[in-house]
Amino acid sequence: MDLSSIDPVLLIASLMVAATAVMIAAIGELIAERAGVLNLGVEGMMITGAICGFAMAVQTGSPTIGFLAAAAGGALLSLLFAFLTQVALANQVASGLALTLFGLGLSSLLGQDYQGIKPPSTPRIDIPVLTDLPAVGRIVFGHDLMVYFGLALVAATWAFLKYTRAGLVLRSVGENHDAAHALGYKVVRIRVMAIAFGGACAGLGGAYISLVRVPQWTEGMTAGIGWIALALVVFASWKPWRVLLGAYLFGGVTVLQLNLQAAGIAIPVEYLSMSPYIITIVVLVIMSADKSRAPASLGRIFHATH
Amino acid sequence: MTDALLSIRGLTKAYPGVVANDDVSFDILPGEVHALLGENGAGKSTLVKMIYGLVKPDSGEMRMRGTPYAPSEPKAARAAGVAMVFQHFSLFDAMNVAENIALGMADPPPMRDLAARIREVSDQYGLPLDPWRVVGDLSAGERQRVEIIRCLLQDPKLLIMDEPTSVLTPQEVDILFETLGKLKAEGTSILYISHKLEEIRKLCDEATILRLGRKVATCTPRDTTARQMAELMVGAELHTPTREGRRPGEVRLALKALSVTSPGQFGTSLKAITLEVRSGEVLGLAGVAGNGQDELLAALSGELRSGAGMVVLDGTAIGDKGPAERRRMGLLTAPEERLGHAAAPDMSLTENAALTAAERQNIARNGFLSWNRARGFAREIIERFDVRTPGTENAARSLSGGNLQKFVIGREVMQDPEVLVVNQPTWGVDAAAAAVIRQALLDLAEGGTAVIVISQDLDELMEVSDRFAALNEGRLSEVRPARGLTVEDIGLMMGGSHDMEVADA
Repeated sequence: MDLSSIDPVLLIASLMVAATAVMIAAIGELIAERAGVLNLGVEGMMITGAICGFAMAVQTGSPTIGFLAAAAGGALLSLLFAFLTQVALANQVASGLALTLFGLGLSSLLGQDYQGIKPPSTPRIDIPVLTDLPAVGRIVFGHDLMVYFGLALVAATWAFLKYTRAGLVLRSVGENHDAAHALGYKVVRIRVMAIAFGGACAGLGGAYISLVRVPQWTEGMTAGIGWIALALVVFASWKPWRVLLGAYLFGGVTVLQLNLQAAGIAIPVEYLSMSPYIITIVVLVIMSADKSRAPASLGRIFHATH
Repeated sequence: MTDALLSIRGLTKAYPGVVANDDVSFDILPGEVHALLGENGAGKSTLVKMIYGLVKPDSGEMRMRGTPYAPSEPKAARAAGVAMVFQHFSLFDAMNVAENIALGMADPPPMRDLAARIREVSDQYGLPLDPWRVVGDLSAGERQRVEIIRCLLQDPKLLIMDEPTSVLTPQEVDILFETLGKLKAEGTSILYISHKLEEIRKLCDEATILRLGRKVATCTPRDTTARQMAELMVGAELHTPTREGRRPGEVRLALKALSVTSPGQFGTSLKAITLEVRSGEVLGLAGVAGNGQDELLAALSGELRSGAGMVVLDGTAIGDKGPAERRRMGLLTAPEERLGHAAAPDMSLTENAALTAAERQNIARNGFLSWNRARGFAREIIERFDVRTPGTENAARSLSGGNLQKFVIGREVMQDPEVLVVNQPTWGVDAAAAAVIRQALLDLAEGGTAVIVISQDLDELMEVSDRFAALNEGRLSEVRPARGLTVEDIGLMMGGSHDMEVADA
């Protein structure tokens, strides 16, 4: 066993990459849930985004277009969920589960011709002097754009919810949809937009896995990341910065346990593999023991009775 | 009339199976406090929803200062100067006062300026309010202030108030009336809905009375007695509850230092409540909403367990027993929340009747239900309490609030309880039906039942109670004979006006 082979700088740099997919997907779900919609279809939207992004990037040779296509694909799939729950007033839990199954099936259908292909690589930012700085340079600079996009998304979501009127209205719809309706806000329209945003984010998160992290296409490659994103939102008490923390924790333990496996530590591999899931959830459960609670209208069907 | 602020002509709105408003016309003058009276289901709510743009009329027109007024949504109504304080507060518990108010405004200023304006307006109208407090922690009176100030910041020409005083202490009612007086002096018109006729006589200049969706009369409340107004609403002579002098018997239910922690985040824990109710006696418990009423009812019904010896029924300690066992022993309860607590909204009246009466009415035998007996029992309740519904197979949800209330109270009353505990028995029920419910409670006591009535309506408590006490922050005041208590005494027992000092303490 040789722990000295683990380089802390490289560890931090790679945990940021490992955390990005789950973080972006969780932020999207956070917005949907703050608007009162429980969408359990994150996994399905992620895998759909993963194949849409992969296919478009391969076809056009441009990862940027790939990511845009992934967002569009995820959003499009989420609109199916929006139609079922907001227009047809179907149960959100059942519709979300159906969406996941549908997304998994749809993605393997779409992805049949893309097995074993390499996607165009997503460029890293390389700023000559800064990236060469010792330690800091590798951590702060030198990632691909999506890592920064994820961080910016967390900050923007936090500011949107806290400081903007639109954010206040979104929260009000999630807190008490009847009161929001009585005040004249368009509950269904706001929720559909929140669902679509959640779908787009899940799609981006999925594409990050197929275009950057892995980078290749295999069926079911999101491997439960969507479910972790859902759990993150709950255990982060619906707060954006805690989602960031949870995602980094998850990414960090994932990378660390891989390193530990490589270093040949005397713990069975199975325990190491489950550690990211267990540690992230335990830490967030402890943190969410404070007063914060779910949006009061979460998962409830809204039907204007007037 | 051309100088009317709002004139309503021939407004009609029909829902499947019922005409909510039929050719209603009246005028509201500038600076006038106009009362809208009627029984449950007379169409008051539909009418104000049309004025506020939540419901579109089928026919008829409204004119605001002579120009046509047809708001398609509340935003348009607010822009035209119409504001509304809702009966069931339309507030967001998890948000603070300033955020709640910002949500009700078309174009709110930045939060800090808004907070300053909230303080300014709340001082000006004598309604103290801290903009940064979370609404879920406020008392009912304070929550209403949030709604009122939300309206006042829009500078409304017409303020609609739907039963504003039903949750307030007498002191808070006085504060509210002073505020409304100031508004009226500034030329704001107020459309005021209430079941409390004495209040209307004190406050209102004109009254329009609706019955079954039609306007049946107008009157000047100051020159009309409450009884006359009630009879106009009902269209028949009114029956006032009466009671004979009763001699209380032995103690049936005793609470001994009952302390229970509230399960809810915004709930109130009960702190060492001690009381006794005797056979043939009505004990009235007053208190502003959220001072432990729901918890007390839950502790008595068995939904919340306590130490065995804290609740004693006929000498048996039952504090650790569940609801079914307590019902079997004759302790029946009717909680305040009709939909979802007292009744299962999507189940039929027959099913709801069976839910609490299965055992005592012999509906369940050896684990099998007799739907015939359940249906018969439901029909009996409907007849005796004049519940207006097409039949026993209708869903509880389809009944109007007042009618469902009659049903859930009637269901318990007709099971011949040994001890009956009711919370807000006439909440949202019109004068005639309220009289029927109160008379039923008095008749029960007459027959030897011990009755506890928890209510926020003081007139009601004074009408039915033999002894009286108040809940304040989960504690019980001294229990005193109801006869001879003044409104001031009661206010003090309830903890005085809930102003900021008290609430912050």
